[in-house]
Amino acid sequence: MTISREDVLRVAELAHLELTPEEAELYRGQLDEILNYIGKLQQLDVTNVEPMTQMVFTKEVSGLSSGTSPHESDFDLRDDTPRPCNIADAVLDHAPDAAKPFFRVPKVIER
Amino acid sequence: MSAATPWTVAAIQSALRAKKISAREIATEFYADIDRQNSTLNAYLALSRERAFAQADRVDVAMACGEKLGPLAGVPIAVKDVISTTGVRTTCGSKILETYVPPYDATAVSRLEKAGAVILGKTNCDEFAMGSSNENSAYGPVRNPVALDRVPGGSSGGSAAAVAAGLAVAALGTDTGGSIRQPGACCGVPALMPTYGRVSRYGLIAFASSLDRIGPFAKNITDAAAIMSVIAGHDENDPTSAPVPAPDYAPELDQPVQGMRIGVPEEYFAEGIDRQVKEKVLAGIALLEKLGCRRVSLKMPHTEYAIATYYIVATAEASSNLARYDGVRYGLRVPGATLIEMYRKTRERGFGAEVKRRLMLGTYVLSSGYYDAYYLRAQKVRALIARDFSEAFQRVDAIVAPTAPTSAFKLGEKTADPLQMYLADIYTVTGSLAGIPGISVPCGKTKEELPIGMQILGPHFSEARILQLARAFEKAGGFTI
Repeated sequence: MTISREDVLRVAELAHLELTPEEAELYRGQLDEILNYIGKLQQLDVTNVEPMTQMVFTKEVSGLSSGTSPHESDFDLRDDTPRPCNIADAVLDHAPDAAKPFFRVPKVIER
Repeated sequence: MSAATPWTVAAIQSALRAKKISAREIATEFYADIDRQNSTLNAYLALSRERAFAQADRVDVAMACGEKLGPLAGVPIAVKDVISTTGVRTTCGSKILETYVPPYDATAVSRLEKAGAVILGKTNCDEFAMGSSNENSAYGPVRNPVALDRVPGGSSGGSAAAVAAGLAVAALGTDTGGSIRQPGACCGVPALMPTYGRVSRYGLIAFASSLDRIGPFAKNITDAAAIMSVIAGHDENDPTSAPVPAPDYAPELDQPVQGMRIGVPEEYFAEGIDRQVKEKVLAGIALLEKLGCRRVSLKMPHTEYAIATYYIVATAEASSNLARYDGVRYGLRVPGATLIEMYRKTRERGFGAEVKRRLMLGTYVLSSGYYDAYYLRAQKVRALIARDFSEAFQRVDAIVAPTAPTSAFKLGEKTADPLQMYLADIYTVTGSLAGIPGISVPCGKTKEELPIGMQILGPHFSEARILQLARAFEKAGGFTI
């Protein structure tokens, strides 16, 4: 597995990063080494393994019994009920550029 | 430089109640020590004197009025700079948040203050908690108080160093792949990563959401348990916080550990481990056996895949979480002609090299054409690593292993080689991926007088049990074995 300079520049663009030519070359070498290392996961047979997408617990696990799967949750999600927050002014006070109650940014619509 | 302060949670509680000293006097003492030592150690990035003295005065007034004091009354505590504090600058060790002042407190912080604790300030860390040496902080590295030419570990290096140097009685850190336990080992202080969801993350600035946890550094196990009793428990503001009642961890601490089965996984003692670390940790295990624990040899076959799995999962999540730093709502903004140009220039100037490297890696493994080969596969291997643990915990009550393969390395030693730096987390990322709790305890020193750490891992929500083992180890002299 090798990562090309074009790959690095494409990924930088996706991640909204601007790289100097020197940075692009440095990262290309380092990412190449890291990707080679993490390529070792290809050695494993993962057929029929369910991906672990997040950590949620069954009541059984939380009750300290070991050996149960932490993949499914018995817990109900809380109701999605709006509550007053009232920190808009404090947030906007620290914004780089605000015209309350808005954040101001460069123009995004051409006409 | 060593932990000269005699103060512990218990010592402060009895001194305050006996009116031998006031909370204000204790805070003053700590700030004097910080003023003397912080220019050398760089452990604190910001001091919250005004807030700390106001809180100390509240404790002193409550005492004078005969009110009941909280369990952490007057206890000076440091908080890692990725945890939000109202009105106190919170930078995450990054230039991109150099001017950020949070409008609210993290739940862990408000719980500490409600219990009477005095927040002294914010501690240095690797930028956005990404690192194993604290050298990725935009505000300069922390020096290890035990040996000033060495790293304190990372990413919670400032918190570990502050406690080790006596510049706080305890500290909050965060652990994503080892960032509490590994600096605890490097600086020679107990350091606890709780179960995923055990401590609310409301107000913790996210790095990798399926892994991040808040936990304490303390001078001893009793103090660590006291802090945990305050910060653990469900919080409706954090949807990932577990709705499981949190116990008071103190009563079980001194129960005997006789008959406990401790698992020793052979993969944690294989190639790559420093000889002195191996000898001391094996001596630590022998001490636990002397206390009546039964040693069980374990095989955890997916251990060697943990670093690769971790650096895919963690960087993928980070690439999403850190998309919010774009110059629009807070922190740094570098002007640009267009919105996209503003984003790019802001992120280019605001992020350091390691953060950029990880954002690119995370973006790459999630990108079209690579998702299945990297991210999806890593999630499957993560399930296999978690299964290694759940199977082990059918046979044993806890697992004991080294915290890190070496003692603290020299500043600058690994900065040129990111992959070598990642391997410093080889024994800690496993527990992170599995969501289980783990505590690193001091386990003697190398010939060069550098601390060695031993970690005790337990099943989900078994903090009481691993604290009990750690306390038995401490009482039996394990810390200085």
